[in-house]
Amino acid sequence: MAATATETQGPMAPRPFAVARRKRETADTWTLELEPAGGGEPLALAPGQFTMLYAFGSGEVPISVSGDVEGPLVHTVRAVGAVSQAVCAAKHGAVLGVRGPFGNSWPVEDALGGDALVIAGGIGLAPLRPVVYELLRRRAELGEAVVLYGSRRPEELLYAKEVERWRKRLQVDVTVDAADRSWTGKVGFVAKLVAAARFDPAVATAFICGPEIMMRTSAEALLERGVAAERIHVSLERNMQCGLGHCGHCQLGPTLICRDGPVYRWDEVAPLMGVREL
Amino acid sequence: METIETLLEGVPVFHGLPAEDLVLIAGCAQNVHFGQGTVLFREGDQADTFYLVRHGSVALETYVPARGPAIIETLEAGEVAGWSWLFPPYRWHFDARALTDLRATAFDGACLRGKCLDDPRLGYELMSRFAQVLIERLQWTRLRLLDLYGRDGD
Repeated sequence: MAATATETQGPMAPRPFAVARRKRETADTWTLELEPAGGGEPLALAPGQFTMLYAFGSGEVPISVSGDVEGPLVHTVRAVGAVSQAVCAAKHGAVLGVRGPFGNSWPVEDALGGDALVIAGGIGLAPLRPVVYELLRRRAELGEAVVLYGSRRPEELLYAKEVERWRKRLQVDVTVDAADRSWTGKVGFVAKLVAAARFDPAVATAFICGPEIMMRTSAEALLERGVAAERIHVSLERNMQCGLGHCGHCQLGPTLICRDGPVYRWDEVAPLMGVREL
Repeated sequence: METIETLLEGVPVFHGLPAEDLVLIAGCAQNVHFGQGTVLFREGDQADTFYLVRHGSVALETYVPARGPAIIETLEAGEVAGWSWLFPPYRWHFDARALTDLRATAFDGACLRGKCLDDPRLGYELMSRFAQVLIERLQWTRLRLLDLYGRDGD
Protein backbone atom coordinates (compact mmCIF):
# COMPACT_ATOMS: atom_id res chain seq x y z
CA MET A 1 0.00 0.00 0.00
CA ALA A 2 1.32 3.43 -0.91
CA ALA A 3 2.38 5.62 1.98
CA THR A 4 0.51 8.89 2.41
CA ALA A 5 2.22 12.26 2.32
CA THR A 6 1.71 12.53 6.07
CA GLU A 7 3.43 9.19 6.71
CA THR A 8 6.41 10.02 4.55
CA GLN A 9 6.79 13.74 5.19
CA GLY A 10 5.47 14.20 8.70
CA PRO A 11 2.59 16.16 10.16
CA MET A 12 3.65 19.46 8.61
CA ALA A 13 2.95 18.16 5.11
CA PRO A 14 -0.60 18.83 3.90
CA ARG A 15 -2.50 15.92 2.45
CA PRO A 16 -4.44 16.70 -0.75
CA PHE A 17 -8.23 16.69 -0.45
CA ALA A 18 -10.68 17.46 -3.24
CA VAL A 19 -13.84 19.51 -2.84
CA ALA A 20 -16.66 16.99 -3.26
CA ARG A 21 -19.57 19.26 -2.35
CA ARG A 22 -19.93 22.95 -1.75
CA LYS A 23 -22.83 24.88 -0.26
CA ARG A 24 -23.30 28.57 0.32
CA GLU A 25 -24.61 29.12 3.86
CA THR A 26 -24.71 32.95 3.99
CA ALA A 27 -23.34 35.83 1.90
CA ASP A 28 -19.78 35.14 3.06
CA THR A 29 -19.84 31.62 4.48
CA TRP A 30 -19.51 28.29 2.66
CA THR A 31 -19.59 24.66 3.71
CA LEU A 32 -17.17 22.37 1.91
CA GLU A 33 -17.21 18.58 1.93
CA LEU A 34 -13.74 17.23 1.26
CA GLU A 35 -12.58 13.78 0.25
CA PRO A 36 -9.02 12.44 -0.04
CA ALA A 37 -7.76 13.27 -3.53
CA GLY A 38 -7.10 10.04 -5.40
CA GLY A 39 -8.71 7.92 -2.69
CA GLY A 40 -7.16 6.83 0.57
CA GLU A 41 -8.40 6.63 4.10
CA PRO A 42 -10.74 9.32 5.41
CA LEU A 43 -9.66 11.18 8.51
CA ALA A 44 -10.65 9.92 11.96
CA LEU A 45 -12.43 12.92 13.43
CA ALA A 46 -13.87 13.91 16.80
CA PRO A 47 -16.33 16.76 17.56
CA GLY A 48 -14.38 19.90 18.41
CA GLN A 49 -11.23 19.11 16.47
CA PHE A 50 -9.84 21.32 13.73
CA THR A 51 -7.64 20.91 10.69
CA MET A 52 -5.15 23.27 9.11
CA LEU A 53 -6.68 23.93 5.72
CA TYR A 54 -4.25 24.96 2.99
CA ALA A 55 -5.27 26.98 -0.04
CA PHE A 56 -2.24 26.48 -2.26
CA GLY A 57 -0.67 29.78 -3.16
CA SER A 58 -2.53 31.63 -0.42
CA GLY A 59 -1.73 30.01 2.89
CA GLU A 60 -3.12 27.95 5.73
CA VAL A 61 -5.92 28.55 8.27
CA PRO A 62 -7.24 26.54 11.22
CA ILE A 63 -10.85 25.49 10.57
CA SER A 64 -13.05 23.44 12.88
CA VAL A 65 -14.75 20.28 11.78
CA SER A 66 -18.40 21.19 11.20
CA GLY A 67 -19.89 17.96 9.88
CA ASP A 68 -20.89 14.62 11.33
CA VAL A 69 -17.67 12.99 12.50
CA GLU A 70 -18.99 9.65 11.24
CA GLY A 71 -19.07 11.08 7.71
CA PRO A 72 -16.64 12.85 5.41
CA LEU A 73 -14.53 15.84 6.38
CA VAL A 74 -16.76 18.94 6.38
CA HIS A 75 -15.69 22.49 7.09
CA THR A 76 -17.77 25.66 7.28
CA VAL A 77 -15.60 28.63 6.37
CA ARG A 78 -16.27 32.33 6.55
CA ALA A 79 -14.45 34.35 3.89
CA VAL A 80 -12.87 37.05 5.99
CA GLY A 81 -9.26 37.16 4.74
CA ALA A 82 -7.09 36.17 1.81
CA VAL A 83 -6.78 32.49 2.78
CA SER A 84 -10.36 31.89 3.83
CA GLN A 85 -11.55 33.69 0.69
CA ALA A 86 -9.41 31.33 -1.39
CA VAL A 87 -10.82 28.33 0.49
CA CYS A 88 -14.39 29.52 -0.02
CA ALA A 89 -13.70 30.08 -3.71
CA ALA A 90 -12.54 26.47 -4.20
CA LYS A 91 -14.94 24.88 -6.70
CA HIS A 92 -16.01 21.26 -7.03
CA GLY A 93 -12.92 19.13 -7.70
CA ALA A 94 -10.45 21.77 -6.56
CA VAL A 95 -7.68 20.45 -4.32
CA LEU A 96 -6.95 21.87 -0.87
CA GLY A 97 -4.30 20.74 1.56
CA VAL A 98 -5.32 19.31 4.92
CA ARG A 99 -3.18 18.75 8.00
CA GLY A 100 -4.59 17.18 11.09
CA PRO A 101 -7.08 16.74 12.65
CA PHE A 102 -5.65 18.47 15.67
CA GLY A 103 -6.76 19.19 19.21
CA ASN A 104 -8.99 17.55 21.76
CA SER A 105 -12.75 17.14 21.53
CA TRP A 106 -16.00 18.15 23.19
CA PRO A 107 -16.69 15.65 26.00
CA VAL A 108 -20.17 14.75 24.78
CA GLU A 109 -20.17 11.55 26.86
CA ASP A 110 -20.17 13.67 30.02
CA ALA A 111 -23.68 14.88 29.16
CA LEU A 112 -25.18 11.42 28.79
CA GLY A 113 -27.58 10.55 31.57
CA GLY A 114 -28.19 14.25 32.23
CA ASP A 115 -29.08 17.38 30.28
CA ALA A 116 -27.01 18.90 27.48
CA LEU A 117 -26.81 22.51 26.40
CA VAL A 118 -25.19 23.76 23.21
CA ILE A 119 -24.74 27.53 23.15
CA ALA A 120 -23.42 29.06 19.94
CA GLY A 121 -22.73 32.56 18.73
CA GLY A 122 -22.25 33.39 15.04
CA ILE A 123 -19.86 31.06 13.21
CA GLY A 124 -19.45 29.30 16.59
CA LEU A 125 -22.30 27.01 15.60
CA ALA A 126 -19.99 25.30 13.08
CA PRO A 127 -17.65 23.66 15.65
CA LEU A 128 -20.71 22.69 17.70
CA ARG A 129 -22.71 21.10 14.89
CA PRO A 130 -20.85 17.77 15.33
CA VAL A 131 -21.93 17.88 18.99
CA VAL A 132 -25.55 18.39 17.94
CA TYR A 133 -25.29 15.38 15.59
CA GLU A 134 -23.95 13.32 18.48
CA LEU A 135 -26.78 14.51 20.76
CA LEU A 136 -29.34 13.61 18.10
CA ARG A 137 -27.75 10.17 17.71
CA ARG A 138 -27.81 9.59 21.47
CA ARG A 139 -31.03 11.49 22.22
CA ALA A 140 -32.51 8.60 24.19
CA GLU A 141 -29.61 8.78 26.66
CA LEU A 142 -30.29 12.43 27.49
CA GLY A 143 -32.86 14.32 29.50
CA GLU A 144 -33.23 17.83 28.11
CA ALA A 145 -31.13 18.63 25.05
CA VAL A 146 -30.97 22.34 24.37
CA VAL A 147 -29.52 24.39 21.52
CA LEU A 148 -29.29 28.17 22.01
CA TYR A 149 -28.03 30.04 18.98
CA GLY A 150 -27.42 33.73 18.41
CA SER A 151 -26.40 35.51 15.27
CA ARG A 152 -25.95 39.04 14.05
CA ARG A 153 -28.93 39.23 11.70
CA PRO A 154 -31.45 36.69 10.40
CA GLU A 155 -29.71 36.40 7.03
CA GLU A 156 -26.47 35.44 8.82
CA LEU A 157 -27.92 32.42 10.61
CA LEU A 158 -26.01 29.26 9.73
CA TYR A 159 -27.73 26.02 8.71
CA ALA A 160 -31.11 27.76 9.09
CA LYS A 161 -33.26 24.94 7.64
CA GLU A 162 -31.34 22.29 9.54
CA VAL A 163 -31.73 24.17 12.83
CA GLU A 164 -35.49 24.21 12.21
CA ARG A 165 -35.43 20.43 11.79
CA TRP A 166 -33.58 20.07 15.10
CA ARG A 167 -36.62 21.56 16.85
CA LYS A 168 -38.44 18.23 16.41
CA ARG A 169 -36.07 16.49 18.81
CA LEU A 170 -34.24 19.22 20.67
CA GLN A 171 -35.20 22.36 22.57
CA VAL A 172 -34.00 25.04 20.15
CA ASP A 173 -34.03 28.77 20.77
CA VAL A 174 -32.64 31.24 18.24
CA THR A 175 -32.06 34.96 18.57
CA VAL A 176 -30.45 37.71 16.50
CA ASP A 177 -28.83 40.99 17.49
CA ALA A 178 -30.90 43.09 15.10
CA ALA A 179 -33.73 42.56 12.65
CA ASP A 180 -36.47 44.18 10.65
CA ARG A 181 -40.11 43.12 10.70
CA SER A 182 -39.59 40.27 8.26
CA TRP A 183 -38.06 38.38 11.22
CA THR A 184 -40.65 36.89 13.55
CA GLY A 185 -38.23 35.34 16.05
CA LYS A 186 -36.35 36.72 19.01
CA VAL A 187 -34.09 39.77 19.07
CA GLY A 188 -31.57 39.94 21.91
CA PHE A 189 -28.21 38.65 23.07
CA VAL A 190 -27.81 34.87 23.01
CA ALA A 191 -26.71 34.54 26.65
CA LYS A 192 -30.06 35.99 27.70
CA LEU A 193 -31.72 32.80 26.42
CA VAL A 194 -30.10 30.76 29.21
CA ALA A 195 -32.51 32.09 31.85
CA ALA A 196 -35.60 30.66 30.16
CA ALA A 197 -34.14 27.39 28.87
CA ARG A 198 -35.57 24.20 30.41
CA PHE A 199 -32.86 22.07 32.02
CA ASP A 200 -31.76 20.80 35.38
CA PRO A 201 -28.61 22.74 36.42
CA ALA A 202 -27.56 19.91 38.74
CA VAL A 203 -27.10 17.46 35.85
CA ALA A 204 -26.46 19.82 32.95
CA THR A 205 -23.34 19.82 30.79
CA ALA A 206 -22.79 22.83 28.54
CA PHE A 207 -20.80 23.30 25.34
CA ILE A 208 -20.21 26.91 24.29
CA CYS A 209 -18.55 28.35 21.20
CA GLY A 210 -18.47 31.89 19.86
CA PRO A 211 -16.70 35.18 20.50
CA GLU A 212 -14.98 35.16 23.89
CA ILE A 213 -17.25 37.78 25.46
CA MET A 214 -20.25 35.77 24.33
CA MET A 215 -18.76 32.62 25.89
CA ARG A 216 -17.99 34.44 29.14
CA THR A 217 -21.48 35.92 29.49
CA SER A 218 -23.07 32.59 28.59
CA ALA A 219 -20.93 30.80 31.17
CA GLU A 220 -21.88 33.42 33.77
CA ALA A 221 -25.57 32.95 32.96
CA LEU A 222 -25.14 29.19 33.40
CA LEU A 223 -23.31 29.66 36.71
CA GLU A 224 -26.16 31.90 37.86
CA ARG A 225 -28.59 29.07 37.05
CA GLY A 226 -26.44 26.75 39.19
CA VAL A 227 -24.46 24.81 36.59
CA ALA A 228 -21.06 23.78 37.98
CA ALA A 229 -18.06 25.46 36.32
CA GLU A 230 -16.42 22.09 35.62
CA ARG A 231 -19.47 21.06 33.56
CA ILE A 232 -19.18 24.10 31.29
CA HIS A 233 -16.92 23.64 28.25
CA VAL A 234 -15.75 26.32 25.83
CA SER A 235 -13.72 26.22 22.63
CA LEU A 236 -10.94 28.78 22.40
CA GLU A 237 -9.22 30.17 19.37
CA ARG A 238 -5.86 31.86 19.07
CA ASN A 239 -3.30 32.13 16.30
CA MET A 240 -3.00 28.42 15.53
CA GLN A 241 -0.23 27.78 13.02
CA CYS A 242 1.61 24.49 13.42
CA GLY A 243 -1.21 22.56 15.11
CA LEU A 244 1.38 20.49 16.95
CA GLY A 245 2.32 22.59 19.98
CA HIS A 246 5.72 23.44 18.51
CA CYS A 247 5.55 27.03 17.34
CA GLY A 248 3.88 28.57 20.40
CA HIS A 249 1.75 31.05 18.47
CA CYS A 250 -1.43 29.82 20.15
CA GLN A 251 -0.11 30.02 23.68
CA LEU A 252 -2.58 31.16 26.33
CA GLY A 253 -0.66 31.42 29.59
CA PRO A 254 0.47 27.90 30.49
CA THR A 255 -1.45 26.17 27.72
CA LEU A 256 -1.05 25.74 23.98
CA ILE A 257 -4.50 25.75 22.48
CA CYS A 258 -3.69 23.65 19.39
CA ARG A 259 -2.21 20.90 21.57
CA ASP A 260 -4.12 21.06 24.88
CA GLY A 261 -7.38 22.53 23.53
CA PRO A 262 -9.24 23.94 21.77
CA VAL A 263 -11.88 22.65 24.23
CA TYR A 264 -11.40 23.60 27.87
CA ARG A 265 -13.39 23.39 31.07
CA TRP A 266 -14.61 26.76 32.29
CA ASP A 267 -12.96 26.40 35.70
CA GLU A 268 -9.61 25.86 33.91
CA VAL A 269 -9.72 28.81 31.52
CA ALA A 270 -11.90 31.44 33.20
CA PRO A 271 -8.90 32.87 35.12
CA LEU A 272 -6.84 33.02 31.89
CA MET A 273 -9.62 34.64 29.87
CA GLY A 274 -9.84 37.37 32.47
CA VAL A 275 -6.24 38.47 31.85
CA ARG A 276 -6.01 41.29 29.33
CA GLU A 277 -3.59 40.90 26.42
CA LEU A 278 -2.84 37.30 27.35
CA MET B 1 -58.90 30.70 39.42
CA GLU B 2 -55.48 32.33 39.66
CA THR B 3 -55.63 35.89 40.99
CA ILE B 4 -53.36 38.68 39.79
CA GLU B 5 -51.56 38.57 43.18
CA THR B 6 -50.63 34.94 42.71
CA LEU B 7 -49.59 35.61 39.11
CA LEU B 8 -47.28 38.37 40.31
CA GLU B 9 -45.64 36.13 42.91
CA GLY B 10 -44.07 33.98 40.23
CA VAL B 11 -42.66 36.85 38.20
CA PRO B 12 -38.97 37.78 38.69
CA VAL B 13 -39.56 41.54 39.08
CA PHE B 14 -42.07 41.00 41.91
CA HIS B 15 -40.62 37.81 43.36
CA GLY B 16 -40.35 37.79 47.17
CA LEU B 17 -42.48 40.88 47.79
CA PRO B 18 -44.71 40.65 50.91
CA ALA B 19 -48.32 39.70 50.27
CA GLU B 20 -49.61 43.15 51.26
CA ASP B 21 -47.39 44.77 48.60
CA LEU B 22 -48.64 42.35 45.97
CA VAL B 23 -52.23 43.24 46.89
CA LEU B 24 -51.43 46.94 46.49
CA ILE B 25 -49.73 46.39 43.14
CA ALA B 26 -52.46 44.05 41.91
CA GLY B 27 -54.97 46.81 42.67
CA CYS B 28 -53.46 48.77 39.77
CA ALA B 29 -53.40 45.79 37.39
CA GLN B 30 -55.70 43.93 35.05
CA ASN B 31 -55.18 41.01 32.71
CA VAL B 32 -55.35 41.85 29.03
CA HIS B 33 -55.21 40.05 25.71
CA PHE B 34 -53.86 41.34 22.39
CA GLY B 35 -54.05 39.74 18.99
CA GLN B 36 -50.89 39.23 16.98
CA GLY B 37 -49.69 42.49 15.46
CA THR B 38 -51.52 44.76 17.90
CA VAL B 39 -49.57 47.87 18.88
CA LEU B 40 -49.43 48.11 22.69
CA PHE B 41 -47.93 51.57 22.73
CA ARG B 42 -46.36 53.95 20.28
CA GLU B 43 -43.27 56.17 20.52
CA GLY B 44 -44.13 59.65 21.80
CA ASP B 45 -47.54 58.69 23.26
CA GLN B 46 -48.38 59.15 26.92
CA ALA B 47 -46.78 56.36 28.97
CA ASP B 48 -49.48 55.58 31.49
CA THR B 49 -49.39 51.76 31.38
CA PHE B 50 -46.78 49.05 31.43
CA TYR B 51 -47.14 45.36 30.71
CA LEU B 52 -45.97 42.13 32.20
CA VAL B 53 -45.80 39.47 29.48
CA ARG B 54 -47.52 36.25 30.56
CA HIS B 55 -47.79 34.30 27.29
CA GLY B 56 -46.40 35.28 23.91
CA SER B 57 -43.83 37.88 22.96
CA VAL B 58 -43.57 41.61 22.37
CA ALA B 59 -41.28 43.45 19.93
CA LEU B 60 -39.86 46.81 20.91
CA GLU B 61 -39.44 48.76 17.71
CA THR B 62 -38.50 52.11 16.30
CA TYR B 63 -39.07 53.55 12.88
CA VAL B 64 -35.89 54.26 10.95
CA PRO B 65 -36.47 56.70 8.07
CA ALA B 66 -35.71 55.11 4.70
CA ARG B 67 -35.36 51.69 6.34
CA GLY B 68 -38.68 51.16 8.02
CA PRO B 69 -39.44 49.61 11.40
CA ALA B 70 -36.46 48.01 13.17
CA ILE B 71 -36.89 45.54 16.02
CA ILE B 72 -34.68 46.58 18.92
CA GLU B 73 -35.49 43.75 21.28
CA THR B 74 -38.11 41.11 21.92
CA LEU B 75 -39.58 40.41 25.34
CA GLU B 76 -40.85 37.04 26.45
CA ALA B 77 -42.99 35.60 29.25
CA GLY B 78 -41.99 36.96 32.66
CA GLU B 79 -40.50 40.17 31.26
CA VAL B 80 -41.70 43.74 31.69
CA ALA B 81 -42.53 45.88 28.66
CA GLY B 82 -42.24 49.58 29.39
CA TRP B 83 -40.60 51.74 32.04
CA SER B 84 -41.33 55.23 30.69
CA TRP B 85 -44.31 55.36 33.08
CA LEU B 86 -41.77 55.72 35.91
CA PHE B 87 -40.09 58.93 34.86
CA PRO B 88 -41.20 62.32 33.52
CA PRO B 89 -42.19 63.24 30.87
CA TYR B 90 -44.00 59.87 30.86
CA ARG B 91 -43.73 59.38 27.10
CA TRP B 92 -42.87 56.13 25.31
CA HIS B 93 -39.45 56.05 23.69
CA PHE B 94 -40.25 53.12 21.41
CA ASP B 95 -43.17 51.23 19.87
CA ALA B 96 -44.29 47.92 21.33
CA ARG B 97 -46.08 45.37 19.15
CA ALA B 98 -47.46 41.93 19.93
CA LEU B 99 -45.36 39.49 17.88
CA THR B 100 -47.75 36.68 18.73
CA ASP B 101 -51.12 36.29 20.32
CA LEU B 102 -50.34 37.94 23.64
CA ARG B 103 -51.60 37.56 27.18
CA ALA B 104 -50.26 40.16 29.57
CA THR B 105 -50.99 41.98 32.80
CA ALA B 106 -51.41 45.72 32.30
CA PHE B 107 -50.48 48.08 35.13
CA ASP B 108 -51.84 51.59 35.54
CA GLY B 109 -48.63 53.61 35.96
CA ALA B 110 -50.31 56.66 37.53
CA CYS B 111 -52.08 54.42 40.07
CA LEU B 112 -48.80 52.71 40.97
CA ARG B 113 -46.88 55.98 41.19
CA GLY B 114 -49.55 57.28 43.58
CA LYS B 115 -49.17 54.24 45.83
CA CYS B 116 -45.39 54.65 45.79
CA LEU B 117 -45.71 58.27 46.88
CA ASP B 118 -48.08 57.26 49.69
CA ASP B 119 -45.75 54.46 50.82
CA PRO B 120 -42.07 55.37 50.24
CA ARG B 121 -40.94 51.90 51.38
CA LEU B 122 -42.98 50.32 48.58
CA GLY B 123 -41.74 53.05 46.25
CA TYR B 124 -38.11 52.28 47.06
CA GLU B 125 -38.71 48.55 46.68
CA LEU B 126 -40.34 48.91 43.28
CA MET B 127 -37.78 51.45 42.09
CA SER B 128 -34.95 49.08 43.08
CA ARG B 129 -36.56 46.22 41.22
CA PHE B 130 -37.17 48.23 38.08
CA ALA B 131 -33.61 49.57 38.26
CA GLN B 132 -32.45 45.94 38.19
CA VAL B 133 -34.55 45.31 35.08
CA LEU B 134 -33.11 48.44 33.49
CA ILE B 135 -29.54 47.43 34.29
CA GLU B 136 -29.95 43.93 32.89
CA ARG B 137 -31.56 45.29 29.71
CA LEU B 138 -28.73 47.84 29.40
CA GLN B 139 -26.03 45.20 29.84
CA TRP B 140 -27.49 42.92 27.18
CA THR B 141 -27.86 45.89 24.84
CA ARG B 142 -24.25 46.96 25.40
CA LEU B 143 -23.06 43.50 24.45
CA ARG B 144 -24.99 43.69 21.20
CA LEU B 145 -23.42 47.10 20.49
CA LEU B 146 -20.05 45.33 20.33
CA ASP B 147 -21.17 43.61 17.12
CA LEU B 148 -19.35 40.49 18.32
CA TYR B 149 -20.19 38.42 15.28
CA GLY B 150 -18.59 40.90 12.91
CA ARG B 151 -15.74 39.94 10.61
CA ASP B 152 -12.21 39.30 11.79
CA GLY B 153 -9.48 38.51 9.29
CA ASP B 154 -7.59 35.23 8.83
